[in-house]
Amino acid sequence: MTDQKHIRNFSIIAHIDHGKSTLADRLIQTCGGVELREMKEQMLDNMDIERERGITIKAQTVRLSYTAKDGLTYQLNLMDTPGHVDFAYEVSRSLAACEGALLVVDASQGVEAQTLANVYQALDNNLEIVPVINKIDLPAADVARVKQQIEDVIGIDASDAIPTSAKSGIGIDELLEGIVTRLPCPKGDPNAPLKALLVDSWYDPYLGVVILVRVFEGTVKVKDKLRFMSTGAAYEADRVGVFTPKHVMTGELKPGEMGFITCGIKTITETKIGDTITLDRTPTSNILAGFKPSVPMVFCSLFPVDSSEFEKLRESIGKLALNDASLHYEAESSNALGMGFRCGFLGLLHLEIIQERLSREFNLELIPTAPSVVYKLDLTNGTDMELYNPADMPDVVRIKTIYEPWIKATIMVPDEYLGGILQLCQERRGVQKELTWVGSRAMAVYRLPLNEVVFDFYDRLKSISRGYASMDYVLDGFEEGDLVRLNILVNQEPLDALSMIVHRSQAERRGRQLCERLKDLIPRQMFKIAIQASIGGKVVAREDVSALRKDVTAKCYGGDISRKRKLLDKQKEGKKKMRQYGNVEIPQSAFISALRMNDNK
Amino acid sequence: MIIPLPTPESLAIYVHWPFCAKKCPYCDFNSHVRESVDHTAWRDAYLRELQHLRSLTGPREVLSVFFGGGTPSLMLPGTTAAIIEAIDALWGIPQGTEITLEANPGSSEVEKFRAFRTAGVNRVSVGVQALNDADLQALGRLHGAAEAKAAVRMAAEVFTRFSFDLIYARQGQSLAAWRDELHEALAMAGGHLSLYQLTIEEGTPFHTLFQRGEIILPDEDTGAAMYEVTQEMTAAAGLPAYEISNHARLGDASRHNLVYWRGGDYAGIGPGAHGRLTLADGQRVATRMHRAPEIWLERVNAVGHGAQPFEVIADDAFARERMLMGLRLSEGINHHDFQALTGVAVNDVIKPEAARALIDGGFLSDDGRVISATAAGRQRLNALLAYLLN
Ligand SMILES: Nc1nc2c(ncn2[C@@H]2O[C@H](COP(=O)(O)OP(=O)(O)OP(=O)(O)O)[C@@H](O)[C@H]2O)c(=O)[nH]1
Ligand SMILES: C[S@@+](CC[C@H](N)C(=O)[O-])C[C@H]1O[C@@H](n2cnc3c(N)ncnc32)[C@H](O)[C@@H]1O
Ligand code: SF4
Ligand SMILES: [Mg+2]
Repeated sequence: MTDQKHIRNFSIIAHIDHGKSTLADRLIQTCGGVELREMKEQMLDNMDIERERGITIKAQTVRLSYTAKDGLTYQLNLMDTPGHVDFAYEVSRSLAACEGALLVVDASQGVEAQTLANVYQALDNNLEIVPVINKIDLPAADVARVKQQIEDVIGIDASDAIPTSAKSGIGIDELLEGIVTRLPCPKGDPNAPLKALLVDSWYDPYLGVVILVRVFEGTVKVKDKLRFMSTGAAYEADRVGVFTPKHVMTGELKPGEMGFITCGIKTITETKIGDTITLDRTPTSNILAGFKPSVPMVFCSLFPVDSSEFEKLRESIGKLALNDASLHYEAESSNALGMGFRCGFLGLLHLEIIQERLSREFNLELIPTAPSVVYKLDLTNGTDMELYNPADMPDVVRIKTIYEPWIKATIMVPDEYLGGILQLCQERRGVQKELTWVGSRAMAVYRLPLNEVVFDFYDRLKSISRGYASMDYVLDGFEEGDLVRLNILVNQEPLDALSMIVHRSQAERRGRQLCERLKDLIPRQMFKIAIQASIGGKVVAREDVSALRKDVTAKCYGGDISRKRKLLDKQKEGKKKMRQYGNVEIPQSAFISALRMNDNK
Repeated sequence: MIIPLPTPESLAIYVHWPFCAKKCPYCDFNSHVRESVDHTAWRDAYLRELQHLRSLTGPREVLSVFFGGGTPSLMLPGTTAAIIEAIDALWGIPQGTEITLEANPGSSEVEKFRAFRTAGVNRVSVGVQALNDADLQALGRLHGAAEAKAAVRMAAEVFTRFSFDLIYARQGQSLAAWRDELHEALAMAGGHLSLYQLTIEEGTPFHTLFQRGEIILPDEDTGAAMYEVTQEMTAAAGLPAYEISNHARLGDASRHNLVYWRGGDYAGIGPGAHGRLTLADGQRVATRMHRAPEIWLERVNAVGHGAQPFEVIADDAFARERMLMGLRLSEGINHHDFQALTGVAVNDVIKPEAARALIDGGFLSDDGRVISATAAGRQRLNALLAYLLN
């Protein structure tokens, strides 16, 4: 049992890829949390997709035991967080459970957009921050410059920032001492009624729903009857334990501690992240502030390539949603693509990851539509609506005003690419709010319509800056916009799945791009194909796929008969992946490619 | 119809000679270069395999015999003679039956033309390919243009019926160049011409070169224009297309190849030879011999034939094959004959709405008696078939 004086709770925060998870590995290894032979790189990233992409998606908590130079043994509760902006809400939850944060900055890259976003969150939560300058083993590492940058840009003292190399294990002992000596301990009242924060919940195939808690006051034990204050529901705790990172049952969690509880909850929808947990018998009187629920920002529809797999898709999305409260979904039907789901995501990476998990873990071949955002509409009949799907857009005469979501984006970019980035923001209707420099790096703050960002903005940003720009954003309200629905037609028939809502000023360019792209993607056929983009009834762009002029096998004799027939049979199989439009067949792969968000060809 | 249709009681016979003096870099036929060939052993093997086939087919009316390759003009005329005699003994060869031999324009081959005639061959098909030396060299051919022309002259002199082959839409060939070449070819032609657009076949050296961009072929539009010019010029010269790449004077079409396109039975002997047979129990099978010459020879010596297991062709598959072969012919497909042969109606094999669209587009015609691809349709037959049948 550990006195609160000997507990340190901290999150590791940083820009993506600055080495948080690797640093967590070293801390776990040094504290003997796992045997050496069980050690693997970024061991807290345990989802396949995390391991493959080398990024953290879900925050993870580990309890470590560290014997410090003062001879005392400390309980360290470490939370490794994701760096990517889509998963920023994971960071905010982790921060609410800690007294301190390790702010990791890559010694060669310096401060990036998510460094800023995350450190500001930590400051908002009144956390003690220990700057860590990582990757000092790299030849391009420049610790002094990065220290200076931390002071200039963030405005916190970096004079005793701890230099580390998570890769080669340099500075880990100093870091552990720093954690113990510089971070505050929790100070909860052990005698007060239980007050614990529900930090996260997930579905474990063996244990059922597991909840992660941070105990602020009081103690929780196995068999305690717990009350979830927002819902009023009560459950008996069957297991109480911690991750080391293995599951270890401790039977109780005391003030200042973090750990998990299982209590017979069936689905994560019964749990509310940020809820206050107390004892049913002796409830606490003060409720924790909790979190704003994560709202989906980006929407797209997912259709199975093979329409008979719709039910399988339903089941599979359901399974992922078991563990991902931020994934929203709803059935929809399209004339072009059949039955599918309209889904809401935290951002483009989240979208991409869900899509990839569906295809890999559930073997589903999917057609995703273009990502879009949610619009708010005032209608002429005095009512209003939220529009999640361009296909549902009411007739223009029924719409009074359309409002679109805006974001505040912080972009950090080396000087030489600034011009291109500013131009990009301008093109995307951005409004500059700030432009400052730190050395040769510029920091531009822009307000931008989110709609313009979900459409390949990030890819353009990366390609313009050769990968050197980073961006973070937060939602920043809704604003009226001159928005129209752009329709794509093939031989006069609308492809509803390709319709999108765009700003009037962009409509023609977008329409032209899509027509051109489809022209390259639709193979020539027996008949000419007209591809048109229209707004309302007005055609704004047109491309034709001319008819085939020649397509015939010159030689075909006795030996070729079955071979040719089998080829034809195979084409017939392939036809399942075609959609018929009048006398035109469009391979689904053409939709898929046309719908790829990045349009820089 | 001038040339009678194949019947269940008729049979075409294909004999494959798998050897060539040199392997052409564009060719994916079952052809092999060997330093020497044991002609006696090969003759005996053909004769044995024929006997085996006779046991499968029973008595039939022989419609045609075709010696293909490879380069069958490298055979000893005595081998050819023995095979023809054996066919005659096993099935009987009616008077006037078409017996074709493919010949390469090498001098040694051409010298044997008379001997082949004596053996019973009455039609040759000469592989001319191109009419100028540079292009022949680019095609990797052993002969020049003069030799090729001499071979055609000799064929005309020795045989009452002859044909020759050209490959066009070759590397760097212009529309004008092909027009001139075809003009020259038509002046030399007898009753039949085969004009193939160069096809890049997988697994050939040309394929590799093509992939690497070292061979550049005329683009689709030029290829299309060449094809169109070919149709016009041959028709004007009295040798209209009767099949995608085959042209003949009225009544001078290759009886043998017509059997393939019209869905008749044919027996194939020799390495890699394919066949289509209706067995005594009514089952339709595709037959196929071992491809490697030595293995084939060994199998024949061991068990009397070099056949791989048969593949049964179900009625619906057969019906689709009939469509894809039959629409290659200008004569098209007779609804009644089609149903009599396959047991399935044409209209049950095709998609009616697709047929209608193709007819409206001028690619297909159907008067209720005969369905056929128009010239425009034949020029796009692969796409047309996929559209009509799938
Ligand atoms: N050279 C060097 N590479 C490092 C060091 N620390 C981490 N890396 C590498 O940097 C990459 C990113 O490391 P992670 O630990 O996954 O970074 P992260 O901050 O957890 O990334 P996200 O969770 O995606 O935000 C990996 O390839 C690591 O091997 C270091 O000290 N030196
Ligand atoms: C079976 S080959 C054999 C003929 C003979 N051995 C010769 O080469 O002259 C029959 C004909 O097919 C044609 N041919 C072969 N390969 C071809 C290809 N890749 N593309 C187009 N025609 C081809 C040639 O015109 C050739 O004459
Ligand atoms: S001679 Fe004829 S069969 Fe032999 S390799 Fe050349 S094209 Fe092929
Ligand atoms: Mg990580």
